[in-house]
Amino acid sequence: MTHTPRQAWAQVDLKTFPLLSTSELVAQCIQGLEANFVLISWFGRAALATEPAGVVVTAVLLPPGQPLVLLRGHAQPGAHYPSLTASFAGAQIFERELWEQTGLVPDGHPWLKPVRYEGARQGRMGEYPFFKVRGAEVHEVGVGPIHAGVIEPGHFRFMCHGERVHHLEIQLGYQHRGVEALLLKKPPQHLTPLVESMVGDSAVAYAWAFNSGLESLTNRPVALATIASRAIGLELERLAIHLSTLGGLATDTAYLQAAATYGRLRTAIINASQRACGNRFGRGWIRPGAAAPIGEPLRQDLLATLAAFLPDFVQVNTLMRSSRSVQARFQGVGTLTTQAALDLGVTGVVARASGVALDLRHSLPGAVYAAFAPAAHTETSGDCWARMSQRMQEAQASAQWLIDRLADTALNLADTPAPFAPLAPSAPGGCSGGWSLTPQALCVSLVEGVRGPVLLALETDASGQLAHAKVQDPSLANWYGEAFALRGQAISDFPICNKSFDLSYCGNDL
Amino acid sequence: MFQTLAVRKAQGTQYIADLRAAQPSGFRGKPVIATDACAPNCRACADICPSNAIQLNASTADAVAIDLGRCVLCGDCAPVCPSQKISFNNDVKLCATTRRGLVVSAAHPNIDPIAVSAALKKRFGRSLKLRSVSAGGCNGCEMEVNAWGNVNFDIGRYGIDLVASPRHADGIVLTGVVNRNMMDALQIAWQAVPEPKLLIAVGACAISGGVFAESETLAREFMDQYPPTLYVPGCPAHPLTFISGIMDLLGIAG
Repeated sequence: MTHTPRQAWAQVDLKTFPLLSTSELVAQCIQGLEANFVLISWFGRAALATEPAGVVVTAVLLPPGQPLVLLRGHAQPGAHYPSLTASFAGAQIFERELWEQTGLVPDGHPWLKPVRYEGARQGRMGEYPFFKVRGAEVHEVGVGPIHAGVIEPGHFRFMCHGERVHHLEIQLGYQHRGVEALLLKKPPQHLTPLVESMVGDSAVAYAWAFNSGLESLTNRPVALATIASRAIGLELERLAIHLSTLGGLATDTAYLQAAATYGRLRTAIINASQRACGNRFGRGWIRPGAAAPIGEPLRQDLLATLAAFLPDFVQVNTLMRSSRSVQARFQGVGTLTTQAALDLGVTGVVARASGVALDLRHSLPGAVYAAFAPAAHTETSGDCWARMSQRMQEAQASAQWLIDRLADTALNLADTPAPFAPLAPSAPGGCSGGWSLTPQALCVSLVEGVRGPVLLALETDASGQLAHAKVQDPSLANWYGEAFALRGQAISDFPICNKSFDLSYCGNDL
Repeated sequence: MFQTLAVRKAQGTQYIADLRAAQPSGFRGKPVIATDACAPNCRACADICPSNAIQLNASTADAVAIDLGRCVLCGDCAPVCPSQKISFNNDVKLCATTRRGLVVSAAHPNIDPIAVSAALKKRFGRSLKLRSVSAGGCNGCEMEVNAWGNVNFDIGRYGIDLVASPRHADGIVLTGVVNRNMMDALQIAWQAVPEPKLLIAVGACAISGGVFAESETLAREFMDQYPPTLYVPGCPAHPLTFISGIMDLLGIAG
């Protein structure tokens, strides 16, 4: 390669990085958004003891075809600022979270309600200020937090006019475990098991995002084989969760043959992950500076598993897509138009199913995805059918990508430091010593997980200790897209809409 | 029609015939602790453990004990031990009926076998309906609970099913740490289950808080009030861990 591919992280030296006023920060963000930058994140933290009182706000923007852009601003305690949401609806959830976590008030925000009931609001779930619809033939249906299936908790309030859903409001926070605070309690090189438990179905994506940040802050770049092994773990995870969602979609339409088949196919994939790293959910695949080595027997094993998997997967997809009852149930239901997807700032697989071609594996690929880009795919119709088709296509592309990479012996997939190689306690590698962090630095790292961009932002203080950690799941931005897609639909469309979005509750709730 | 038959043919027969004998390949399961002496003043395993699962008693011959109620089977303790005392095998039989029974060490390498409960066998041995509640979970254990009934594990064959309403249930399968934001909903669900009922704690989070045990968001009074009938360790708990435990507890022949 003649140039370094765009990395999925950005690190800045805070000693020299400009700290804008909030009005300048908002103005620069709006300028970027008007130039079609994607607002990846907008978050804040209380000032450190060594800083002037108030709140430090960070904006993360992705310009088309360019590396990540970071902007930082400072606000007085409890300050008001002109809401970004007023001109760009996609900022709504970030501004709500910033308000909930730091008390900064976005003036003109139409929907300033808690995101997850954290901090002093914990346990006050009953106080959520739902919107009210009034009028003849108007009624409300509340569902959850506990649902009929084995599923994470969340409350859904349907405001209906007759059978039609006029508006759905989703209240989350029930899975809140305080993960951001916990990241500051242990040495960072020991945190990967915690990070893997933040969103258990995306353990590889989270572990990779966290460790690439840690490796950047410690200036310890990893070998190509390590990156390749991580990408293989990530694509197996993507495949497994898409299979789980497709199985759920089949179950929710009582299409039991496809449900049983997707269940069987998913088992083959997660058991393959287990043979690689000891766990069906990819836990242990990634550690600081390390990734599961794929030696010759394992490489052959994974190749054989995927070679047996792919034709059966294509076969059941064809069957499911040919079913008239599946077509009738999914087509034209729960539509999120391309314009709505752009306006609301939804991301990942949901955005691509609505025709928004955003995938970090292409826009910020790093060394491996730059050399070997997975096949890109978008759908246009934005309905449940599009989200089902998008998942089928992405899963198939991942399986093919895995087969191609595993067949490529030039990648030397065994040539990576292993997560569980025995180390002398003082050795400078692996999980032991030698992980001192660059002081006064901020690293924002991203990984395109199964649902979209997983963000980990790590900031160090003057002594090189972690001073703040921000975690962001793609679901945070996408839940509102789901609520919006339900408008004008029947309540009975909710299960297939919810499953076709397949968002993370714990990823929102942290 | 022919497509349907082709998919059915490819599906084959998937169920695991003998669930008790199944040994998942590659699974990082039960910790095995060797009898070698620890290096002087070494705390490497306890220091790296993400969930404080390792108790060190250097003065005794049985120096290292791992509490599977806390352990997330991450394996990070194994490579840092200079004496190479700790390894993991693929044993899934990790369940216990008491909290203390989950601790393994060199002197106590196996979890005590679960004795058949005559009372539970009589009442639930042929039909056990369970309601799942996730209270501060990560969707790892929840996905594995879902897998109990899939075409591979198929616990429905023993009359064990997950049901939609607590009023139809004989017990609750609890996953997650039990946090402030879910404690009221969990309490309501528990009260809605008719007596006699049982609580099954699935995964390190439900048993002890797991990697989140030190978080100020936890509110685990419920667990003090209602001790689980069965503890199912893991992170997430492997389906076969639950299945072997419940089959033993209910005396299901298999």
